[in-house]
Amino acid sequence: RSQKAVSIITSFYGNMADVGKTPVARNEKASSEFGYVGIDAILEQMRRKAMKQGFEFNIMVVGQSGLGKSTLTNTLFKSKVSRRSVMTTEEERIPKTIEIKSISHVIEEKGVRMKLTVIDTPGFGDQINNENCWQPIMKFINAQYEQYLQEEINIDRKKRISDSRVHCCIYFIPPTGHCLRPIDIEFMRHLSKVVNIVPVISKADTLTLEERDFFKQKIREDLRANEIDIYPQKEFDEDAEDRMINEKIRAMIPFAVVGSDQEYQVNGKRLLGRKTRWGTVEVENTTHCEFAYLRDLLIRTHMQNIKDITSSIYYEMYRVRRLNENNTKPNGQPAIHANGVPEHEVLSHEM
Amino acid sequence: MQERAMAATEIARQAGEGARGVPLSGHVGFDSMPDQLVNKSVNHGFCFNILCVGETGLGKSTLMDTLFNTKFEGEPTQHNQPGVQLKSKTYELQESNVRLKLTVVNTVGFGDQINKEDSYKSIVEFIDAQFEAYLQEELKIKRTLHSYHDTRIHACLYFIAPTGHSLKSLDLVTMKKLDSKVNIIPIIAKSDAISKSELAKFKIKITSELVSNGVQIYQFPTDDETVAEINSTMNGHLPFAVVGSTEEVKIGNKMVRARQYPWGTVQVENENHCDFVKLREMLIRVNMEDLREQTHTRHYELYRRCKLEEMGFKDTDPDSKPFSLQETYEAKRNEFMGELQKKEEEMRQMFVQRVKEKEAELKEAEKELHEKFDRLKKLHQDEKKKLEDKKKALDDELNGFKQKKTAAELLQAQTLQAGSSATLKKDKERKN
Repeated sequence: RSQKAVSIITSFYGNMADVGKTPVARNEKASSEFGYVGIDAILEQMRRKAMKQGFEFNIMVVGQSGLGKSTLTNTLFKSKVSRRSVMTTEEERIPKTIEIKSISHVIEEKGVRMKLTVIDTPGFGDQINNENCWQPIMKFINAQYEQYLQEEINIDRKKRISDSRVHCCIYFIPPTGHCLRPIDIEFMRHLSKVVNIVPVISKADTLTLEERDFFKQKIREDLRANEIDIYPQKEFDEDAEDRMINEKIRAMIPFAVVGSDQEYQVNGKRLLGRKTRWGTVEVENTTHCEFAYLRDLLIRTHMQNIKDITSSIYYEMYRVRRLNENNTKPNGQPAIHANGVPEHEVLSHEM
Repeated sequence: MQERAMAATEIARQAGEGARGVPLSGHVGFDSMPDQLVNKSVNHGFCFNILCVGETGLGKSTLMDTLFNTKFEGEPTQHNQPGVQLKSKTYELQESNVRLKLTVVNTVGFGDQINKEDSYKSIVEFIDAQFEAYLQEELKIKRTLHSYHDTRIHACLYFIAPTGHSLKSLDLVTMKKLDSKVNIIPIIAKSDAISKSELAKFKIKITSELVSNGVQIYQFPTDDETVAEINSTMNGHLPFAVVGSTEEVKIGNKMVRARQYPWGTVQVENENHCDFVKLREMLIRVNMEDLREQTHTRHYELYRRCKLEEMGFKDTDPDSKPFSLQETYEAKRNEFMGELQKKEEEMRQMFVQRVKEKEAELKEAEKELHEKFDRLKKLHQDEKKKLEDKKKALDDELNGFKQKKTAAELLQAQTLQAGSSATLKKDKERKN
């Protein structure tokens, strides 16, 4: 099994071969081995339990209209999971305020069931005055933490608390090629404190490779200068092995992605791509764009890690704040609500 | 059509759990999630805690050694314990890439007392204490649940003495007290003392007694098709009749663990001889995870619910929930502050005490030093006086000597003069 663990991680680096699941040999063989206790059978037991329970994953997409958020989500999960795919055409307008809409689907692959919730934020960054645009989103994220906390402190608790906490927030950076804009920095600065942020350069097929590398470098510099910690965060590296893998990822982010849900014929194969007069951009071709790396990171190798960081770090931080909040309110100092919004400020955007 | 889709999604959104399913048009890759989860657990390691309840001498330690194929240290206990004590030891085992933190808790002195009315109490207290420790950690404001060493008992092996007749009343009472707190797996110990026919009757008697007394023993789960069949078969074999042994005997051309008698050899891993293999299969290889889960989701939740209700909190309407939590935390904070203050007081007292003691010691030392100094001074003075006396004596002697000398010199001078005058006289007389 440890072999398989290694092979999943290496698949991130370009070997996109599917990792087939090898069924475990039943214990009959092992029991004839003298001295074998069978402790490692617990791995199989855990796997069985996980398959039965299924998994939950909540992903939020944030970015201006027209950056390809819905398309990318559909491409990531190879199905029509985005909000746009399920709504009627009358609703296709840019809203006057930021709205938060979440849609859940159950998807299944090789016996593994996953409840995927995509949280869309239409209206973000689309107004003329975008001040405090991050607030409603922050409020939403904290509301999910609050809901989980309430369930957790119940006397009579459910066997399995349904997890609606936002595990990962993908932030779409428009492909200007220069550097981060103030709205990008503001948003990421505030939100990286409460949720895992994965910034991506959207519609990357408008940048040449040199422009892309330059842009990435600038973005990384801007993030460092503003002390913004994006996923995978340096301080949450668990051990040397972790650090090694994550350093390689940190050298590549933000990923430059292209999304598509249309297939074209390329060299005799049907591939997802965008067809233009000067060629076809293959979405899953790593020489064209970095979509595959993003997918591998989010889904194939680090999904569990993303969920763990959300539950054991961000959620715990919220919980500590919340539990301390009603007891320490020094006079004269503005209290900060659990949703991260200072008490005295009037919200310019309401949900 | 679109409206229907909208409505479905609306419902799905509201229902939450029953979100609609969508087909995938290609391989996404989240089928690696069970692997990711397993890898995380492997890196983290596992915890398993077994409680062995049974009279002294029923082979509890030997069975643990046999099950986990190691020699856990420990001396066999004496039979003269005044009460039931629980001794727990933790071991780190590793098999292939799985690290297991195994804790074995033994009841020492169980069944040895003349009056056994309170025997079960220390066991119940111990189990509750583990739940309490976990609850405390869970209620903490700054908590570290993922690195917490879970000491809650996952499985209780209840050792039944191989009398061949029925359960002892102590067994019934103890199991009844434990069945709502822990997963009980009853086993017949030292079952090589019972013949096959007697064993079948014994098992039936035990099962019927347990049922008629309403004792809920752990049932191997039958809801998952992969293991439903084997688990339900095994449920019918309870209680397991086991034999433990760490000694190896050569049978045929293999070394097997067995107990050798003049009339034959009982092989531990031979399913015709005893149910050891069944126990190992059920306890470790098939249901270890389920035992852990039942402990957490059933027994621990029950304890938590009772404890919190005891503290006076109820789940009423949503408005009062934050209050009950606040109250709990207020109460806890006050308690904590109180304890802190008490500790501070204690420490201060202790400090003052120590300072006083040290002062006294120092004073003592000072006094002694003074005394010593005085003594020495006196000694010195005495010496000095003696010396002076001696000096005086010497001086006197010297003076005396000087006087004598002067006197002698004078005498000599006189004699000389007299002599010379005598000589002068003689000269004078000659002359005349």
